[in-house]
Amino acid sequence: MPSTTAKTLTPRRAFWKGFRDGTPFVLVVGPFAVLFGVLAAEAGLNVLEILVFSVVVIAGAAQFTALQLMTEDAPTVIVLASALAVNLRMAMYSASLTPWIGAAPLWQRAIAAYFVLDQSYACSIVQFEKAPDMSIPARVAYFAGAVCPVVPVWYGATVAGALIGTQIPESWALDFALPITFLAMIAPMLRTPAHVIAALVAVVVSLLAAGVPYSLGLIIAGISGMMAGARAELWADARRAAA
Amino acid sequence: MIDASTLWIVIIGLGLGSYLLRFAFLGLVGDRPIPPWLLRHLRYTAVAVLPALAVPQVVWPQATGGAPDAPRMIAAAVTVLVGLWTKNVIAAIVCGAGTLYGLLWLLG
Repeated sequence: MPSTTAKTLTPRRAFWKGFRDGTPFVLVVGPFAVLFGVLAAEAGLNVLEILVFSVVVIAGAAQFTALQLMTEDAPTVIVLASALAVNLRMAMYSASLTPWIGAAPLWQRAIAAYFVLDQSYACSIVQFEKAPDMSIPARVAYFAGAVCPVVPVWYGATVAGALIGTQIPESWALDFALPITFLAMIAPMLRTPAHVIAALVAVVVSLLAAGVPYSLGLIIAGISGMMAGARAELWADARRAAA
Repeated sequence: MIDASTLWIVIIGLGLGSYLLRFAFLGLVGDRPIPPWLLRHLRYTAVAVLPALAVPQVVWPQATGGAPDAPRMIAAAVTVLVGLWTKNVIAAIVCGAGTLYGLLWLLG
């Protein structure tokens, strides 16, 4: 028999590889969820409300956005529109995962859709691009594996934060868990000049568009970065073809 | 204080909306081919959106009420450099967090 390399990852082994790759994110999802629980408790939500919030929405940045705007007494429509704008990237992740697991059965995709998170997406897209020969069931298993350690921690740490409430000192600087996580996730993804250009353009536009209301600056910056990356890729391909 | 009915409208509305955003392509497009120009853009989703989400919080952190803050700037720079150098997410987080706590302790 030919050797079993990454090429022939069985679903079972793919699941456990996903599980191992997803586990480190516990270290960052945990504090982030605790922080949400703490801030939501400070805003006057009870433990049940905070837990349901995390289970139903399962998107940290959008939850923080909604919480912030609600404490500022923003109109409900604005709260929803802003938080959904923050979550528009989930549609982008969904589209980005589609070429890889779009051929899986609908029920699996329907379940997977709920678990499309920054962490599960980041893990999976790296693995799928690295091992493009994985079978569809192996990819779905990998995705499920990457989700498994993270999601219970998301729910549980939210409750822990809700119970701790207002007792965490500000000196812990938990606010910075999110930016650090995202920056750490991005750096290894910058594989080509086009990726670097996409990131730089997105950063510049996000800073320029910081004043745009309702978090729409993020969407504008994200789309600008994607367009810049795609342009840079076409340009690099053309130069390579001409050389 | 947040009004209870507002809160539940937001939780349920945001939950449904977020699910639909996540299901949009994965569920509705399925295995139908996606045009190359769209794929070319989607390749850059993560490297565009995540920095756009993170960097404003580095430059104008919530904890300081939006005032730029040296420990957070330096910690962010360390995180990116370690990430670029080691390609290791956890190493980058640990070094970034270590830098932040070290500097907050030194300067705080």
